[in-house]
Amino acid sequence: MQDTTTSNAPSIDITAVRARFPVLHQQVNGYPLVYFDNAATTQKPQQVIDALTRYYNDYNANIHRGIHTLAEHATADFEATRKAVQAFIHAREAEEIIFTSGTTGGINLVAQTYGRTFLKKGDEVIISTMEHHSNIVPWQLVCEQTGAVLKVIPITTSGELILDEYKKLLSDKTRLVSVVYASNALGTVNPVNTVIRLAHEAGAKVLIDAAQAVVHCPVDVQEMDCDFLVFSGHKLYGPTGMGILYGKRELLEAMPPYQGGGEMISEVTFARTTFNELPYKFEAGTPNIGDVIAMKRALEFVSNLGKPAIAAHEAQLLERITAGLQDIPGIRIIGTAPHKIGVVSFVVEGLHHFDLGMMLDAKGIAIRTGHHCTQPLMDFLGIEGTNRASFAVYNTPEEVDYFLDTVGQIVRKRKK
Amino acid sequence: MNQTINDIQDEIIDEFSLLGDDMESTIFYIMELGGKMPPLEEKYKTEENIVKGCQSKVWLTTALEDGKVHFMADSNTDITKGLISLLIRLWDRRTPGEILGSDLYFIDRIGMNRVIGSQRSNGFAAMIKKMKLYALGYRQQLEK
Repeated sequence: MQDTTTSNAPSIDITAVRARFPVLHQQVNGYPLVYFDNAATTQKPQQVIDALTRYYNDYNANIHRGIHTLAEHATADFEATRKAVQAFIHAREAEEIIFTSGTTGGINLVAQTYGRTFLKKGDEVIISTMEHHSNIVPWQLVCEQTGAVLKVIPITTSGELILDEYKKLLSDKTRLVSVVYASNALGTVNPVNTVIRLAHEAGAKVLIDAAQAVVHCPVDVQEMDCDFLVFSGHKLYGPTGMGILYGKRELLEAMPPYQGGGEMISEVTFARTTFNELPYKFEAGTPNIGDVIAMKRALEFVSNLGKPAIAAHEAQLLERITAGLQDIPGIRIIGTAPHKIGVVSFVVEGLHHFDLGMMLDAKGIAIRTGHHCTQPLMDFLGIEGTNRASFAVYNTPEEVDYFLDTVGQIVRKRKK
Repeated sequence: MNQTINDIQDEIIDEFSLLGDDMESTIFYIMELGGKMPPLEEKYKTEENIVKGCQSKVWLTTALEDGKVHFMADSNTDITKGLISLLIRLWDRRTPGEILGSDLYFIDRIGMNRVIGSQRSNGFAAMIKKMKLYALGYRQQLEK
């Protein structure tokens, strides 16, 4: 398993980083904002916001079809992001990068094209207990449509995949395995390389949901050898409404178009002479040009800081918050896998997560509460939901301490 | 009961005005109100009495007594309970006509939309709707 942290990673000047995020510098309900809801969406650095504004101010144009200067500029920048994504996840070719609306869009695309074409009655699709609804429902739908069967890898109570059980589920009936790299609800980093290798040995293809992991963990699609990998821009310091589907070329070639955009290619002879059929086959209609263009700045932001350095910083925060929460009586941490991203889920005895979330908001602290779109996981754990704090590179130990003090005060006040 | 629904709404508005614009005090006050509400008997906490909310569970049950609607409710969160207690304070043991004819202006006036937020207000709106539906059902029953 790849490690998310590197002990000798260069340290980051967090004050300088924070200065680049305008949204962080505000008061919420009379307190300085502490934004611990990064697993839901990260904030955006100035260069991402500037890139968006610049696109709309200076060269907004529809891409691929126009020969005029603005369209050329927009097209070049749009395709530059594709190249940047290719480099970011180390894909073999830029054509293997498909722009989608987000992680959910990417999974649905694969389910409805690859799944619908290649699954037949009695085939099996494997997911895990800790999947987000986005990696459950699309497979349930395609299983209903094709007669394939959905199988679920069980997990331990600490929130880890039980690999022995996974091995038992794999068979010559398994066509596809779709698992999350890092759990949004628990923070667990799954041994995806092993998951992929075992699936391939059984002759199955693998989709990796990297929505959370892409910003924290190493992602090298060639080294991982995954068949598909999906993520969203907005959890990676980029804009909302854009995401990425990586697929191996031979698989993408074999898949039918998703939204009837295939015929569009033959009409655009200028584009056709310039570009191959992939990836446009899966990008019907005018894409989310501005957001895709701005995404390149987000990737640069992450690459310049360096993922190992970001991960090391977040690991320190995770350690601090975990130790602090363990010291508060009545708090139970949900998800105690040894290998986690900067996500901590917890429940408080006698205090509903909804109430705690609201009380923290009143103190300027933003966390997420609820089932985190992982209801089957919550059912397995026998809880209704959790309080979840999740980190990004701009979070500080001081914020963690303020959070711990505030939670401690609330819990003690309740006990009286 | 001498006070009208609007008298009580004005009373609530006055109470909340003492808290000023302070989110923290407002939330704690609402939770306090929730804590004071008598718990619902377990036998009423059934699947069919659940009002679908956003993040919290709400149970609501009613009875018609002497031509008036008696509301009993509970929630697994104190904030939601506090919000429900305000509705119950207004509408409990009122005639269906009074309930259906009332305009809940206190919600805007106490800045509750800010507290409950647009997501959570769905659950709150569902609660109001469900209470009004009960009143409507009872009115039809009484007219027969």
